[in-house]
Amino acid sequence: MSRSFTRFTGSMAPLPIQNVDTDQIIPASYLKVTDRSGLASGLFSRWRYRDGDPEGEPISDFVLNRAEHADARILLAGDNFGCGSSREHAPWALVGYGFRAVISTSFADIFRSNALKNGLLVVPVTEDGSASLFEAVAADPATEVTIDLEAQTLSLPGGGETSFEVDPFARRCLLDGTDQLGYLLNQAPAIQTFEAAHPARLDTRSG
Amino acid sequence: MSRPRTLFEKIWRRHLVAAETEGLPATLYVDLHLVHEVTSPQAFTELAERELPVRRPDLTLATMDHSTPTDPSIDTAKLRVLDPEGSAQLDRLLANCERHGIPLYAMGDERRGIVHVIGPELGATQPGMTVVCGDSHTSTHGAVGALAFGIGTSEVGHVLATQCLLQHRPKTYEVRVDGRLQEGVVAKDIILAVIARLGIGGGTGHVFEYTGEAIRALDMEGRMTVCNMSIEGGARAGLIAPDDVTFAYLEGRPMAPAGYDWEAAVDDWRSLPTDDGAAYDRTTTLDGSALEPMVTYGTNPGMAIPIAGAVPEDDAIEPEKRASFRKALDYMALEPGQQLQGKPIDVVFVGSCTNSRYSDLVAAANVLRGRKVADGLRVLIVPGSDAVKRQAERDGLAQVFVDAGAEWREAGCSMCLAMNGDQLAPGQYAVSTSNRNFEGRQGAGGRTFLASPLTAAASAITGRVTDVREVLS
Repeated sequence: MSRSFTRFTGSMAPLPIQNVDTDQIIPASYLKVTDRSGLASGLFSRWRYRDGDPEGEPISDFVLNRAEHADARILLAGDNFGCGSSREHAPWALVGYGFRAVISTSFADIFRSNALKNGLLVVPVTEDGSASLFEAVAADPATEVTIDLEAQTLSLPGGGETSFEVDPFARRCLLDGTDQLGYLLNQAPAIQTFEAAHPARLDTRSG
Repeated sequence: MSRPRTLFEKIWRRHLVAAETEGLPATLYVDLHLVHEVTSPQAFTELAERELPVRRPDLTLATMDHSTPTDPSIDTAKLRVLDPEGSAQLDRLLANCERHGIPLYAMGDERRGIVHVIGPELGATQPGMTVVCGDSHTSTHGAVGALAFGIGTSEVGHVLATQCLLQHRPKTYEVRVDGRLQEGVVAKDIILAVIARLGIGGGTGHVFEYTGEAIRALDMEGRMTVCNMSIEGGARAGLIAPDDVTFAYLEGRPMAPAGYDWEAAVDDWRSLPTDDGAAYDRTTTLDGSALEPMVTYGTNPGMAIPIAGAVPEDDAIEPEKRASFRKALDYMALEPGQQLQGKPIDVVFVGSCTNSRYSDLVAAANVLRGRKVADGLRVLIVPGSDAVKRQAERDGLAQVFVDAGAEWREAGCSMCLAMNGDQLAPGQYAVSTSNRNFEGRQGAGGRTFLASPLTAAASAITGRVTDVREVLS
């Protein structure tokens, strides 16, 4: 799974619902996997298929089933996207489906952290910015935007661009295609020094 | 004399391997890492691929809870047939823990239970610690005055390999609940009222610290219920300052310090509470004496009302949120302005890391004792741990439930997230003591009213959403 992100241009799938929780992104019945793959069919499955069954009939008006958004690789979502459970299966499912980025006015903390570790960029925009993107997609579903992580800019459909905030460390890792564990492992000497001065508070093996 | 600090700041500072700088997050040391079967397999795979050991198996503790059956007739062999995927996940945890020397409370172990129930129960989670788990309800452990929060699976791998996490320092949010609760109003009602007030994204980027007379008056298990649902308010962690109630709860538990170490630990823990004059980034205050039993009507935990209240009218909802509001009511098959009290239900679930501890079962049993579950209603009572189950059986609580016509189950997460076969059928309504009423959370098409164990038990008797004060009066 690619963990890098530099620049992406594409159309958007609009999901104008607030507080989309990770149980909707990927229901718990999909959490029995022991690897990261195979989750794309479960993505939004309860909204995407009749009875939530990927083998069953697609719900035609759900955004991922609409022909005009079939190629969208950017999700344009309502406020507080990704709230609820800490399941990293949520970004795995979004990435597995092909999404490269999610644009919203805000993201839940754990989802944001998980997404950025999996090459899925979260792009926060203002309420006005969000409203104008939803309007642009409604007027023309093929509307494209460009997300440039190096410059931290989002191009706007009517021309011009807006800058967005992203955690500088996560940005560096995404641009370099490196992961955060490598950085932590390099801190082994500092961790050892810390442990010497910070005795363990318990021994779980003693229970 | 250093400047006054909050409880959060004190714990944070104690665990900095490297402080946050411009462009780099802090490296935060983890005192206790809790592990379960659902969010760990991919992390162990990552370690295997990189040929990395687990740095501190002695600070790691694993249990099985999410995928485990609560039907007493299903043993490990039967589970392999009934749920091969879930069973494989349990086997994987067993193999991973064996390989790395991590203590695991597997099926049949009498220390097993829901991860957020057993941590405090064993005295493993202690004041001033950092505690993490690949589970958003890790916030529960904040009740003992630990900084405890949920992490993703990549981060589970980070902690397994390095015992550390890369973190940006969150902001602090004091949630003050003054006054004394009325009869019939309990910890669950406090936290549902807090979330209704702040909204489910209200705490994003923050750590809650719960303060005030109503919080201080709660016993430890009530405090766990409050901290448990911090994440439903958007905060990754919730804290309550340790006090004599905390120390009395922890003393003598298997993993708590003993002897001289205990005295030294308590001395240290007494230095943790927020100093006078310390500043929070935000503060909100609720009047605890004005709270009523709360119940949710919608599809997120912030959509909660006093039990005698009504579903809001459209015009009470901000225009840009109306579409989501109507979507929630459509799912719940409810109308704006509708009363919830008296609404017929199909299932009552008493359980989950929010409300499955001994005191929760006592509360439910006190309502159900000598009464019968309504005809046709399914009532599941699912203890949070094997220890809670045994205690309830010894003390006669289990018999109260069985006599009333409820199902007495094995410990586990059960119908809170419906991974193990315990689930609602499409269209069914449940009064549930769990923490999430998201669409389909308790089974595809199922509809959840979140409430306290008292409200759940009262509703079990009538088969309708019921104010416990009417049953008890």
